[in-house]
Amino acid sequence: MAIAHVSAPDAPIAPEKKSKKFAYILLAPGLLWLLIFFAFPLINLAETSTKTPAPTFETGEFVQTFRFMNFLDAFVDNQEQFYRSFIYALLATLLALAIAYPLAYAMAFRAGAWKNFLLIMVIAPFFTSFLLRTLAWKQILGAEGPVVSTLQFIGLMSPDGTITATAFSVIMGLTYNFLPFMTLPIYASLDRIDYRLLEASGDLYANGATTFRRVTLPLSMPGVVAGTLLTFIPASGDYINAQLLGNPDNYMIGNVINSRFFRVVDYPTAASLSFLLMATILIVVVIYIRRAGTDELV
Amino acid sequence: MTRWLSKNLIRIYAGLAIVYILLPIFYTIAFSFNDADKRNIVWRGFTTDAWLNPCEPIGICEALGNSFKVGLTATFFATILGTMIAFALGRYNFKGRSTTNLLIFLPMATPEVVLGASLLSMFINMGVGAGLMTVIIAHIMFCISFVVVTVKARVASLDPKLEEAARDLYANEWETFRRVTLPLVAPGIAAAALLSFSLSFDDFIITNFNSGSVNTFPEYVWTASLRGVPPQANVIGTVMFIVALAAVFAGQVVGKRKGKK
Amino acid sequence: MSEPKKVQGDLVLSHITKSFADFTAVDDLSLTIPKGSFFALLGPSGCGKTTTLRMIAGLEEPTSGKISIGDTDITYTKPYDRPVNTVFQSYALFPHLTIFENVAFGLRRRGIKDVDAAVEKVLGLVELAHLKNRKPGQLSGGQQQRIALARAVVNRPALLLLDEPLGALDLKLRRQMQIELKWIQTEVGITFVHVTHDQEEAMTMADTVAVMNNGKIEQLGSPADLYESPKTVFVANFLGQSNFIDGVVESTDGSNVVANIQGTRITFPKSRKNASGSALKVGIRPEKFRLHDPGDNTHGNVLAGGKITDISFTGVSTQYLVEMPWKQELVVFEQNDGGAPDLVKGDPVTLSWEPQFTFALDGASK
Repeated sequence: MAIAHVSAPDAPIAPEKKSKKFAYILLAPGLLWLLIFFAFPLINLAETSTKTPAPTFETGEFVQTFRFMNFLDAFVDNQEQFYRSFIYALLATLLALAIAYPLAYAMAFRAGAWKNFLLIMVIAPFFTSFLLRTLAWKQILGAEGPVVSTLQFIGLMSPDGTITATAFSVIMGLTYNFLPFMTLPIYASLDRIDYRLLEASGDLYANGATTFRRVTLPLSMPGVVAGTLLTFIPASGDYINAQLLGNPDNYMIGNVINSRFFRVVDYPTAASLSFLLMATILIVVVIYIRRAGTDELV
Repeated sequence: MTRWLSKNLIRIYAGLAIVYILLPIFYTIAFSFNDADKRNIVWRGFTTDAWLNPCEPIGICEALGNSFKVGLTATFFATILGTMIAFALGRYNFKGRSTTNLLIFLPMATPEVVLGASLLSMFINMGVGAGLMTVIIAHIMFCISFVVVTVKARVASLDPKLEEAARDLYANEWETFRRVTLPLVAPGIAAAALLSFSLSFDDFIITNFNSGSVNTFPEYVWTASLRGVPPQANVIGTVMFIVALAAVFAGQVVGKRKGKK
Repeated sequence: MSEPKKVQGDLVLSHITKSFADFTAVDDLSLTIPKGSFFALLGPSGCGKTTTLRMIAGLEEPTSGKISIGDTDITYTKPYDRPVNTVFQSYALFPHLTIFENVAFGLRRRGIKDVDAAVEKVLGLVELAHLKNRKPGQLSGGQQQRIALARAVVNRPALLLLDEPLGALDLKLRRQMQIELKWIQTEVGITFVHVTHDQEEAMTMADTVAVMNNGKIEQLGSPADLYESPKTVFVANFLGQSNFIDGVVESTDGSNVVANIQGTRITFPKSRKNASGSALKVGIRPEKFRLHDPGDNTHGNVLAGGKITDISFTGVSTQYLVEMPWKQELVVFEQNDGGAPDLVKGDPVTLSWEPQFTFALDGASK
């Protein structure tokens, strides 16, 4: 049999290259959608942020004047709300962490047969109307609700005291609404820890507290980082909790943006505030990730 | 005693946390049976009125219907678009991978206020009126990322050898996809669709910006909260909770059965 | 739906090369595998054997060269158009299909409507007919392996490729499967190409073995040929163990070579020399050595002055390490049949062996 060297005649396109083209076909529709309806609007918003009211002073009419001072003005005018947003978000995140970590730990290590039940109990509320749940809190903590009535009855609260319409209830609302976002990633991280590692730690003379500090906690950090980001970021931009559970003194930057948009029809300010918010969030996130040392984002 | 306490302290804590989580839900369920006045804040008596006349308040069932229309449409398209991206990311090596990842991640990290406001701003500039269409467009936009993340995990865990085996056994590219790849990725796609639907159904902020005069259920509740939320809203909330419970429970059972072999 | 053309004949690989950006996996490899034989591709990890197999299956494309079965060129044919089936190392059974559907998969894709008879028959061949409604996740490793085989064999391909199929099985099961595979191959008459790094497995099952290293075939032949007459140091060390002693050719008289290894003169048949030039690496397999008390009568080539440095009992045989005067340690296997002398560590010994078992390679070979 002749074993002459035969080169491939009109070889078909190598499959590896063909695949790459196909990948682009798969990506195109979705990415295009995001480009048009996410990226472009943001760019458009950036463009709006440097506009100023039109000379005609017609409501809603603006001209592009590249006024970058808009950002400074927006910040200065709303400093209070800015700081408040981040403080509220930070407090809510810390509270959520304090509640979620032990809960997640119990689910991962101490739940036994109840594990799945607990998981369902944490996840299911997440799928029900968060507005209704927040309104329920307003009711529970409200002037005619059981908490205030009990406290007034015991004498711990004055007859015209309230819990709602305070910073306390806003932060409470934020904590509650984002609790699943904090719990689930931490739970996932803890659940993944090989129990034998904890046994090995015990074998090597570490007691319960030490094992937790030196083995469990470090291994759960990716979940903690994910959870804190997933809580802090949306919390800082929220306005629903402030509106339902607080008073105008508790309004966050989200409320301002919302009102600037709809009530005052001041698009440039609303746009500037949006970007300031995003920029700050990004800076905080980057600093946090650098310090926490993980990059498991997506 | 201290031994028992230290071991069970955390269990007690967890129990309390669960009670905390479920408290507003119980409240919502309870007050769906309240013989309510306009505001439904004080308990006045047990009645099944709201359950028997769920559509009595004006606009509530219309809002609910809109939520379903938006949810189902947005889920349909977001799932398809997101799954395609997930396959591209999970299977192929292409240039611009990190840019794609960034574009997918950013919407999830952007505050809803900004997402809603920027989109509305663009619609206004383009002269497009806010309404059902714009809401659906917005929902598809923010759901895609969640679909991608959910499906990508599933695609990545798929053993490429299975597809090679299929091709070795005379299945061409389309048959391999249809008979091996798709059935194995299907659970991930289903989970993504469910997630997408619930995110869309419950969304308020982005919807509020982009819906114009059209009302979805969350928007109905928001407007109603100013004058008094009718118990029928609680009825719907209760039904949502039961459905969610059933879905999550079913998911667990199916997952257990498949794993148990 | 794909129905591969009815192809027959020997498998011929002609100057096959597969190179990636930074290295060449298969380097100008040419090979003919006769129809109906059990062929093994043997070699260490990274030698290119799996890549070669995948090119035969169509799961990879050669950078250059030609692959054909009989008269049919299949170099660039898609895997689903080739009459070739693979048994994967990880079995790759479809987890969402029953055993029956797994086995029937190839038949259905080829458009065959009535699959029951063929599937039942091949499941009977591997003795797993009772599991046909289970899912792969419910089967043990050994059972999965047999189903993977059944799934491939039921299609009666011209060529069956096996990619280290027994790697995940425990020793006893592996031995059993080796015998079964060999039996199935003779029953069904299909050409088997078996890729493995286990030299014992290759030698047990295959009619012909090709030893691969760094993308090339070092030697090809029957297991006995490869074992008794290795042509390179690599092959000698990969199949079993070898002792290599440096030496030089002194003279050739008639059909024998006379050589001097470390001061001792030995002879061996000219046919056992695979070297040009006078520098030699003289190879002797450990089981060919015989141990004697110094001074005893000996036969054949003799090396004196050895000292036992280690003794290991391995059941069937005893392994000795013997230190020679030139400080090299030689490995000796003696079968535990009562023939060897009673030796302990430190004892002096003399080694002897029959000249025809010597193999001599080029002195410079690695």
